[in-house]
Amino acid sequence: MTDPTPSAAGSDRGFLARKGEGSTILAWITSTDHKRIGLLYLYAILSFFLVGVVLGLLLRLELLAPGRTIVDAQTYNALFTLHGVIMIFLFIIPGIPAAFGNLMLPLLLGARDVAFPRLNLFSWYLYMTGALLALTALFTGGGPPDTGWTFYVPFSARTTTNVSLAVTAVFILGFSSILTGLNFVTTTHRLRARGMGWGRLPLFVWSLYATAWVQILATPILAITLILILAERLLGTGLFDPARGGDPIMFQHLFWIYSHPAVYIMVLPGMGVVSEIIPVFSRKPVFGYWAIALSSIAIAGAGSLVWGHHMFTSGMSDMAILVFSFLTFVVAIPSAIKVFNWVATLYKGSIALDPPMLFALSFVLLFSIGGLSGLILGAAATDIHVHDTHFVVGHFHYVMFGGTGFAFFAALHYWLPKIYGRMYNKRVATIAWGFMFVGINILYFFMQVAGIRGMPRRYYDYLPEFAALNQIATVGSWILAFGLFLMFGNLLRGVLSGEPVGANPWGGATLEWTVPSPPPEENFSVEPVVTHGPYDFREAGVL
Amino acid sequence: MSLAPHRDEAGDRLGMWLFLFTELLLFGGLFLLYGVYLARTPEDFIRAGGELDLVLGTANTVLLITSSLTVAVAVSALQKGARSLTLGMLGITVLCALIFLVNKGFEWRAKIDHDIYPGSKRLLAGEGGESVFYSLYYLTTGLHALHVLLGAALLGWVGFRIRGGRRDGEGAVLENVGLYWHLVDLVWIFIFPLYYLIL
Repeated sequence: MTDPTPSAAGSDRGFLARKGEGSTILAWITSTDHKRIGLLYLYAILSFFLVGVVLGLLLRLELLAPGRTIVDAQTYNALFTLHGVIMIFLFIIPGIPAAFGNLMLPLLLGARDVAFPRLNLFSWYLYMTGALLALTALFTGGGPPDTGWTFYVPFSARTTTNVSLAVTAVFILGFSSILTGLNFVTTTHRLRARGMGWGRLPLFVWSLYATAWVQILATPILAITLILILAERLLGTGLFDPARGGDPIMFQHLFWIYSHPAVYIMVLPGMGVVSEIIPVFSRKPVFGYWAIALSSIAIAGAGSLVWGHHMFTSGMSDMAILVFSFLTFVVAIPSAIKVFNWVATLYKGSIALDPPMLFALSFVLLFSIGGLSGLILGAAATDIHVHDTHFVVGHFHYVMFGGTGFAFFAALHYWLPKIYGRMYNKRVATIAWGFMFVGINILYFFMQVAGIRGMPRRYYDYLPEFAALNQIATVGSWILAFGLFLMFGNLLRGVLSGEPVGANPWGGATLEWTVPSPPPEENFSVEPVVTHGPYDFREAGVL
Repeated sequence: MSLAPHRDEAGDRLGMWLFLFTELLLFGGLFLLYGVYLARTPEDFIRAGGELDLVLGTANTVLLITSSLTVAVAVSALQKGARSLTLGMLGITVLCALIFLVNKGFEWRAKIDHDIYPGSKRLLAGEGGESVFYSLYYLTTGLHALHVLLGAALLGWVGFRIRGGRRDGEGAVLENVGLYWHLVDLVWIFIFPLYYLIL
């Protein structure tokens, strides 16, 4: 697209080390550079992810044998609540958009920064405030929250644990998410480089754009729902209390009006990452550009209308169940369009099985398993059998960890060489991927089997007949954790002391590969002019 | 590419509109609950709504509509370079906002004196729908009053900036604050009929 440009600062460490100011912590946490903010998010998000992983391992360890194994029942409740709150609100929702969106969006658009750089920094501060408040909730008040991440009433309105603080934390995190979303929509509309029409946006940008709309349009409903929990707890408003004329089902509606679309906030950016990686490592233009781009919008739209499928067993009219079931199945169509287009892109491609590609391909498989098991839950009849069992837990972990998590790892392996200018050990990365792929399938597949046989979710104890399945799943969690450990160790080693890479180690045709690695502070020394699509490898001169 | 700051007023406006959507949806959640509970217990709602003070409600509506007008005049005045008119109009707007809040305070005070507030003895003894109505009333008008307060603070802030002679893109800042103020007005335009008029 443009000629490779030398670093503006004249330093080979680009934005990572500016002249003069250097890289003191103060310089980082007051920077409005989107790349620095992206890295701040990345470090924070990865730290919280590791906390969430440890909590998850403890949960699995408790389930290793029937009866009390390592913790008592109340601690178990607190553990799964924290695991949920941390993983959902601190890792998966902000993960790809806040970290990689901030790092890459302006680079992909050919812009110098996002539309509102100071607002961007403010969003990070909100995120950190919310995160620290959530952690404070563990150690103060009446003990860690024990409601599950869904904060269902009436329990959340009555429990004496520290729910109010946790809810406030999530409210602030939601505000951060809204501001990131409106920043990204404005950036995409206003700051595209000359020549970059909507038909030339990289697909990751399309997915971030769709995600940003969901963030803007769904998160306010979460905000008001959380305010209502606080009012219920502090003022006794009784809006969800049948004794005072309220209705707890209304809480579930409001909560899922946000939280189901939030599932697409989680997975759409992951799909965007995969849409970037598959063409590059197939050495082929993406198949069905517009189908993939518009299916992101379709998923965002249809996905906002399906919240009711979380409530098939809580007392809805049969008509409502039918409608929500139908709409849920509709979401499968744009999702399948993406999967088929990825597969078609691979067809007759010259496939390079580098680590980013391995993660991207396993995303497609794991997401498909998760998505298809979702249809079992989307159909009311089968949902009633497996509702609130480990089948559900296995399903959403396939989608969120196998899907979004693996896409996040794919993004780490794909873009970290660009950000740090150094390469990790590809062989170790492949081995780590192998452990994770085997581990995740053992863990969640056997969870689903246990669920179909009747193992309930959120239970601390279980009948002896579930012991074998739980033990296998727990062993899977150890294999997965070992793979994670290996992967992060390898990435860290690569970032610190890996081989330097050039501007374009993978042969990508999008704009970020035209600048040096790491990119200079101002991204582009000459304003780029886009003359071809993001996957025209021949015209970009990399094929 | 230079690092010289450039302003993108269209971008700023787009960002503001997106933010205003989120505010509408925030209130939307409360309106949703209002709709559902009204449909379930219309008699309770009618009885409870009949007790609200129509005079104070109407006065507040007039105040907010007037303030929306004055803020619009302020935006136009600044575009034409009439700074003192801008400042005067902003002053009237903030004054309207403050009178609105005082009125709201009187309204709340009167209700609380009559033992009507979430969890009060009277509401606990009465019908469920009545209790729900007043909980929603306090939450909605309370959240709205917070927005009035925030809007007034923003108007004051932009007024001081203009008085201090700031030039760079002041029009766009005032315009965005003005948009926010119109939103505050708009939300009230929904609250007023729902709580005071149709019941």
